[in-house]
Amino acid sequence: MKILTGNDLASGDVVWWDGMGWSRDVNDAVDVGDQDAAILAAEEAAQRVNASYAIAATQTAEGVRPAHIKDRIRALGPTVRLDLSLRPGDPDAAKQVI
Amino acid sequence: MYQYDQYDQAMVDARVEEFRGQVARRMAGEITEDQFKPLRLKNGLYLQLHAYMLRVAIPYGTLNGRQMRMLGDIADKYDRGYGHFTTRQNIQYNWIKLEDAPQILADLATVEMHAIQTSGNCIRNISSDHFAGAAADELVDPRPYAELLRQWSSFHPEFDYLPRKFKIAVIASDTDRAAMRLHDIGIQIVKNDAGEIGARFYVGGGMGRTPMIAPVIRDFVPALQMVSYAEACLRVYNRYGRRDNKYKARIKILVHEIGADEYRRQVEEEFAHILTLGLEPPAAELERIAAFFADPGLETGLAEGYDRSDPDFAVWADQNTAAHKQAGYKAVVISLKPAGGIPGDATADQIRLMADLAEAYSLDELRVTHTQNIVLPHVKQSDLYALWQKLDAAGLGSANLDLIGDIIACPGLDYCSLANARSIPLAQKISERFASPERQRTLGELKLKISGCINACGHHHAGHIGILGVDRKGTENYQLLFGGSEAADTSLAQIVGPGFSEDGIVEAIETATEVYLKARAEGERFIDTYRRIGAAPFKEAIYG
Repeated sequence: MKILTGNDLASGDVVWWDGMGWSRDVNDAVDVGDQDAAILAAEEAAQRVNASYAIAATQTAEGVRPAHIKDRIRALGPTVRLDLSLRPGDPDAAKQVI
Repeated sequence: MYQYDQYDQAMVDARVEEFRGQVARRMAGEITEDQFKPLRLKNGLYLQLHAYMLRVAIPYGTLNGRQMRMLGDIADKYDRGYGHFTTRQNIQYNWIKLEDAPQILADLATVEMHAIQTSGNCIRNISSDHFAGAAADELVDPRPYAELLRQWSSFHPEFDYLPRKFKIAVIASDTDRAAMRLHDIGIQIVKNDAGEIGARFYVGGGMGRTPMIAPVIRDFVPALQMVSYAEACLRVYNRYGRRDNKYKARIKILVHEIGADEYRRQVEEEFAHILTLGLEPPAAELERIAAFFADPGLETGLAEGYDRSDPDFAVWADQNTAAHKQAGYKAVVISLKPAGGIPGDATADQIRLMADLAEAYSLDELRVTHTQNIVLPHVKQSDLYALWQKLDAAGLGSANLDLIGDIIACPGLDYCSLANARSIPLAQKISERFASPERQRTLGELKLKISGCINACGHHHAGHIGILGVDRKGTENYQLLFGGSEAADTSLAQIVGPGFSEDGIVEAIETATEVYLKARAEGERFIDTYRRIGAAPFKEAIYG
């Protein structure tokens, strides 16, 4: 699947395109098919997110998994500060990212 | 230490208000990100992997308690309760909101701090010896010269759009504690045969993807002509440095490609021209600046020595303090490298505690080191024990300065959008593996530096042991390098062999230390043994 990500303009938070807007949870990301360029252009014009781009991902039993480690870390947060990540209660979160 | 005059303060205050307006226009959608990005970068605001990151300048790494306390307060108020001290003697905050950035800069301005020129293709924060003004072996305090260069380089219109970023270090002792020869310009303050103080210029060093050691371009420049010589060095670079390829744009490439002799010839020609313009600062200005760095209030007549009856304290004092120019004092290095910790990170409470301790025990001065530690430069030996007890209680008492646990590591892929691999987890694993203080001391001085990409923010080229993280088909892989140094014996580390996984490289380092312990001669450090016996015995043991 192809999903879209970027950083929220005001907060800088990592966000994912959920079909209607931008979510902070990668599991809300939707497959945009061949619409990535059109959505990114519209969102860039709307100036809600920065540095947005399309990435490859797979839908797994655990949720949406970006193909590249960099995006998996973006989806979680720093693996060395899980207390600041989106899964602060999951001690195995870092291992799953890698 | 230096205090802003009305011009410094007015410039910084005006910049804050300018940026406040720029952020407001960006938030209102009146300017695009393409228009805004260069403006925020001019104010040290990056967009990193998870959020905005603000890099705050700490000129030549020097700050007082009030400034340090503000850094802690900012970590609490605007970030997530911690800050990261960097290899450029700066601090970075990893979780900044765009809307808060102008007020953070306003808060910083109240304590004479800013984030100007901490990004962009300009002259960056000028670094220096973290023991400046305290070191027993320094010729003079290098900071007045660094401050003179800071004032010259701040908002210098001619050098605001250089081919690439530009880093200057200034030292004043033969013991290089600032990686001076690995800077675009390295300046050593020296005395000539006539007894005059001046500057020796090294130009064209750097790390990154093409590491180079800077050659001497001029052996002696009179102190008051130092700014003009730097101007000549920059002017030649600005004219001929490559702008078509960012990977070939640093001054080291220019000096290498045209040769040091030709570069020197052009600089001398430009320097001769600049001298005709009479732009040198007046002696009174250097004296005015130097007066800020004069004696911070050191007492005389203090006895040497202190009670060492607590063995844990004695170990720390032996490892983490340095000789001071004044009898009865020591310069103290607070390690930000606890076993299993994140190199360079400090909590807001720890930052504020260090501010308190600087005021109580170090004549209100602190330094940030390029090795991501904090220095209290002027501590009475009679206060060392009380200081250590307070540091130790706050998790700041690690006795590992310059040992294998004192690891430099860049933020890596956990935070940095440029990184290819994570650095911090590796540093944590290695420091845990070698956590035993006795084992660390048995190994002796061993500088281990980790970068998460070829940009080398973790100084891997200059590590006795260096580690470079790379992306191998989407998987983190780590190259191992031996033989680097950023001290007076500057050398560039060489790749030992094929790369490793995260666990594999920890084992490889373990093996390398075993080879060293078996082969070392009396008094040899790891790097000395490596230089004497070469890479072959290490390779054989590591790769078979």
